[in-house]
Amino acid sequence: MDFDLSDDQRQIKDSVDRMLADAYADLKTKAAAQKEPLGFSKTLWAQYADQGLLGIPFAEGEGGLGAGPLETMLVMEAIGRNAAIDPYLSTVVLGGGILRHAGSSAQKAALIPDVIAGTRRLALAQQERQSRYDLADVSTTARAEGSGYVLNGEKMVVLGGDSADTLIVVARLAGAQRDRGGIGLFLVGGTAPGVKRTGYATQDGQRAADITFTDVTVGAEDVLVGKSGEALAVLERVTDEAIAGIAAEAVGAMHALHELTVDYVKTRKQFGVAIGSFQVIQHRCVDMFTMLEQARSMAYYATMMASDENATERRRAISAAKVQIGKSARFIGEQAIQLHGGIGMTMEYKAGHYFKRLTMIELQFGNTDHHLRLLAKAGGLIAPAAA
Amino acid sequence: MDLRFTPEENAFRHEVRTFFTSEIPLAIRQKVEVGEHLAKEDMVLAQKTLAKKGWAAPHWPKEWGGTDWTPIQRHIYTEELQACSVPQPLAFNISMCGPVIIAFGTEAQKKRYLKPMYDLSEWWCQGFSEPGAGSDLASLKTTAVKKDGHYIINGQKTWTTLAQYADWCFVLARTDPDAKKQLGISFILVDMKTPGITVRPIQTIDGGHEVNEVFFDDVKVSLENLVGMENRGWDCAKYLLGNERVGIARIGMSKQRLSRIKQLAGKVMLGDKPLMADERFAEKVAAVEVELKALEMTQLRVLAEDAKRKSNMPNPASSILKIKGSEIQQATTELALEVAGPLSLPFLPDEADFGTGDHWAAPAAPAYFNFRKVSIYGGSNEIQRNIIAKAVLGF
Repeated sequence: MDFDLSDDQRQIKDSVDRMLADAYADLKTKAAAQKEPLGFSKTLWAQYADQGLLGIPFAEGEGGLGAGPLETMLVMEAIGRNAAIDPYLSTVVLGGGILRHAGSSAQKAALIPDVIAGTRRLALAQQERQSRYDLADVSTTARAEGSGYVLNGEKMVVLGGDSADTLIVVARLAGAQRDRGGIGLFLVGGTAPGVKRTGYATQDGQRAADITFTDVTVGAEDVLVGKSGEALAVLERVTDEAIAGIAAEAVGAMHALHELTVDYVKTRKQFGVAIGSFQVIQHRCVDMFTMLEQARSMAYYATMMASDENATERRRAISAAKVQIGKSARFIGEQAIQLHGGIGMTMEYKAGHYFKRLTMIELQFGNTDHHLRLLAKAGGLIAPAAA
Repeated sequence: MDLRFTPEENAFRHEVRTFFTSEIPLAIRQKVEVGEHLAKEDMVLAQKTLAKKGWAAPHWPKEWGGTDWTPIQRHIYTEELQACSVPQPLAFNISMCGPVIIAFGTEAQKKRYLKPMYDLSEWWCQGFSEPGAGSDLASLKTTAVKKDGHYIINGQKTWTTLAQYADWCFVLARTDPDAKKQLGISFILVDMKTPGITVRPIQTIDGGHEVNEVFFDDVKVSLENLVGMENRGWDCAKYLLGNERVGIARIGMSKQRLSRIKQLAGKVMLGDKPLMADERFAEKVAAVEVELKALEMTQLRVLAEDAKRKSNMPNPASSILKIKGSEIQQATTELALEVAGPLSLPFLPDEADFGTGDHWAAPAAPAYFNFRKVSIYGGSNEIQRNIIAKAVLGF
């Protein structure tokens, strides 16, 4: 049991902290980045690449750092702390995760070096209009044709999907709409014929797209999971890694928001005194602190379990973490706005940026109720006493 | 960063579990498991067994029977102790008075008191709270006046846990009536057999007799029984209250309780299926399990930090252990009450088979009532919030 960072980890943390603190010091710079064609700063993305941050989870043989969930956590926490909007989650964690777990060596060799260099962004086209949080609910179809497939269907809220160079599409090969088997994974160019993307900003200032696929052909070399139809296990694993990632992001955001709130109530004067001199305000800040530390503990737990070989144990742990993260995010977000009063309502002030991202995190990859239901169905974390 | 237990730590867990389950009588552990009150002899036997093994007070210095375990090992020990339903070594001896004597006592006091304290040959109780001094402990009024080479103690203590069994009491008394508040208080050891002491039982809302009022009426105590400096007893009290945070969250106990709740809820029927199969109930249990897992990780973070730094500045996260730990303990009693349902109603104070057989539901309501105390004692959760606000958030 050791919670200290190694020298390498410390180095990653320092470099990403410094880079993002500089880049996001001024909300005006962030607003300008959002107005760029991609919806984020291309220059900053190149810096992620220069610092080696885009190569973190990839094997050294593929040009990556060969690091794991812990190093990803450090980056995601910094992203949260700065309310950053760069497509790290969609490209490195989600898209990169699928490539790592399902890509052939040829596919990896073709794509990963570009991802690491910052010249290729990925997006996972999984969610559909009706699917909500059920990863097995897939109506987009993949019909075998020749040595490849033809895709038809519609995907919703594909993170980073509006400008990704490569889409990873989840499509059904066989079976009924919610069968656990018969699901495949396919690589599709973002501008391939038959791909229609409707991009938009998300509530938290990031980018996403709704994408339709009309008779999109996929060659044999772009099939990640084909005939076997066993994509679900990969999707679950990568989703769990993404949950560990956004758990860390949430902790970064909650930490910053809590600090901002405590500082604010210490200086905001009403009735001739700082409102932080009132016990009701102090206790609220303490309750936020408790929720923050509990969330931090579960983000560590998620990080520790994200690479667990036992999928059942891993999924229980990730669900438990997401429940805590969701509860803490909601509480800290709402209380921070409340304690800030009017200023918390403006986009000119950072509190609202954190609050909006935290609210979206609760809703992504299964909300609190969804994961509580999953955890309860799986028997919880503690075994019943023997009779 | 590696958040897993090492193979050595896992082996250690196995070792303590084996000892607890093979050496502490099953009959005693079953009483703890179902929530039955323990007899004095049960607690003495359990602590003597631990003492013989050298495990009654792991955090004490080795020369007085402690161990050189790491904080993580101490956590594992406490967790297994609670998970195996072993009676906790008496806190007044092991976590409170012992450490104060070790830190502030004279050599003679250490020689006289520590050994019988360690193996529970002498039972201690805590003379801190008074009718007018609860959260504001420093407003206490009990006096110790020096006269003819003795202290003469007068006053009243209350909420004195298990004073009915106690051989000794550590008392906070005012030795300088003119000094302000915290100054002028002394930490004094009092033999409960001294003339002038009256113990009056208080029946609590759970129906049990756990706490007492203790009256001191011209109680004559040797000056040698002062611990530390006269008028500096507040230092001892503060040290005592800040000592040994490892057990305060009671994570092992809450785990054991949840495990028991899930066992019982697997048997109780709700219509044609077990209560545990009811989604609403299962999700309530799962929600508590999540909070408990988070607190366990928080505790491990605190311990790992303690192990590394040996610093005096506690990890800020440590301050939430009391608040969250008590809330979770209380949540487990609410779940148990829900499992027992209408069978909670019968009041069976002295049933021999309390908690077993047809009376399996009997402990649910008393435990629920009794556990309201955990967010009150040891500094109420509101006081804990004041402490965090000041010490951690800098208000």
